[in-house]
Amino acid sequence: MKGKLPMEFAPIIEKVAFNLLKYSSTVLPENAIKAIKTAYETETNPVGKSQLEAIIRNFEAGSKLSIPMCQDTGIHIYYVEIGADCPIDDLGKIEGALTRASQRATKEVPMRPNAVDPFGSNSGDNTGRHIPWINWDVVPGDKIKITAFPKGGGSENMSTVKMLKPGVGLKGVMKEVVDWMINAGGQPCPPTVVGVAIGGGADIAIKLAKKQLMRPIGEPHPMKEVAEMEKKMKEAINTTGIGPMGLGGKTTCLAVHMDYAARHPASLPMAISVQCWAARQSGAEISADGKVKYLHHKIKE
Amino acid sequence: MAVVKLTTPISEEEIRKLKIGDILYISGTIFLARDEAHLRALEYAEEGKELPLDFKGLAVFHCGPIVKQDTKGEWHVVAAGPTTSSRMEIFQDKFIEKFRISVVIGKGGMFDRTAAAMQKYGAVYGAFTGGAAVLAAKAVKKVKGVEWLDLGTPEALWIFEVEEFGPLTIGIDSHGNSLFKQISDEVEKNRAKAYEIIGVTQK
Repeated sequence: MKGKLPMEFAPIIEKVAFNLLKYSSTVLPENAIKAIKTAYETETNPVGKSQLEAIIRNFEAGSKLSIPMCQDTGIHIYYVEIGADCPIDDLGKIEGALTRASQRATKEVPMRPNAVDPFGSNSGDNTGRHIPWINWDVVPGDKIKITAFPKGGGSENMSTVKMLKPGVGLKGVMKEVVDWMINAGGQPCPPTVVGVAIGGGADIAIKLAKKQLMRPIGEPHPMKEVAEMEKKMKEAINTTGIGPMGLGGKTTCLAVHMDYAARHPASLPMAISVQCWAARQSGAEISADGKVKYLHHKIKE
Repeated sequence: MAVVKLTTPISEEEIRKLKIGDILYISGTIFLARDEAHLRALEYAEEGKELPLDFKGLAVFHCGPIVKQDTKGEWHVVAAGPTTSSRMEIFQDKFIEKFRISVVIGKGGMFDRTAAAMQKYGAVYGAFTGGAAVLAAKAVKKVKGVEWLDLGTPEALWIFEVEEFGPLTIGIDSHGNSLFKQISDEVEKNRAKAYEIIGVTQK
């Protein structure tokens, strides 16, 4: 912390988070655009191709008009990484800043109010008990990284955690994934990104699976064995013929991203988290002196 | 795969010409209804109450839109993509029978009960690209009205004037054919090939 004076980050974070929500819901990250356009080029089924064309026309119009590319602007989730050496003076105020950003974005972007109290009604501003949900991490360095990851309900409904018998092995894991995606069919708005994780425990597996959706689409896992499984599962899912929107074609998923944790000898937890074609996210890095660098979008202050 | 443009109210004769896989664009009046508005309309029919709009020959769109109201009180559509139609399977057949709508628009497809009603009364299912909310909103020329706002904006009965609303892929036609059934049969056939890729043999 030498030479760095403690400072307040919450006001910066509130402004940054608003931008992240606005851009994540209106402009797809470059890697997602590229993945969908490549799929359009290679799709041979005319109905499937017409779906990809509509998707492309849709997100291009959304980005041009600065309006949400999908009416389901998701439930509000943030990932916050705090550098262990960050000279932050108001850690306790970050949650409030992110909540206010969600409320403002709901009104101004606008985003659809998607936070419903199970014992009451829709709050109308995308906040409620535990929402926005914040995933906290302490990481090396002195920066703060914020990622907005608003994910739609249709694809989230296709999430699952299964406690497999360790005896089924890694092939058994791949079979579960392929079977699950066949049953999901057109429901998660394909082409999808499929996040898979094994090990840890039920909670750890689903957290890891969802986090895989934030990886640039198609970037393989650094470990060769995992990357090989990702490739095989992608190929198998795209052999099914489900296609874009489940209307037929060879583009059912854009990628399978997998990760793992060590497991208990008696358990093989496996989790699947599915991302629809609208792979929305936006991140920013705030350095110790308060400078902001946006990671997915060109955003002017 | 024909590309067809029709204006509501659509006659049974026009509907009967459509085949699965065709692409349809709709102009004219359409209305939005999700679970709650379907239920209420059917309640009205049961009680003999008059609907705020004659549904005959119109298209029902399964959608909960993002809407904005201006200072003059007029509504504008920001984004309006389809919601999952399968939730409406439990009463869509009755809805078609009672109100003689011509097109059901949504995503993800519907099943046997709806398909049977479509065959009997002459209606089709048009799949709109899931999430393509901007395309849909751009085709809306005017919000003609809204009823049943007490259900909340996503569940209310919205009445839109649209121009070339689509592309809608005919997923179920009025002759008992379903693209969704065809694809799921094909997927079942491809399952063995998919297993081969990941090195498993048993089902």
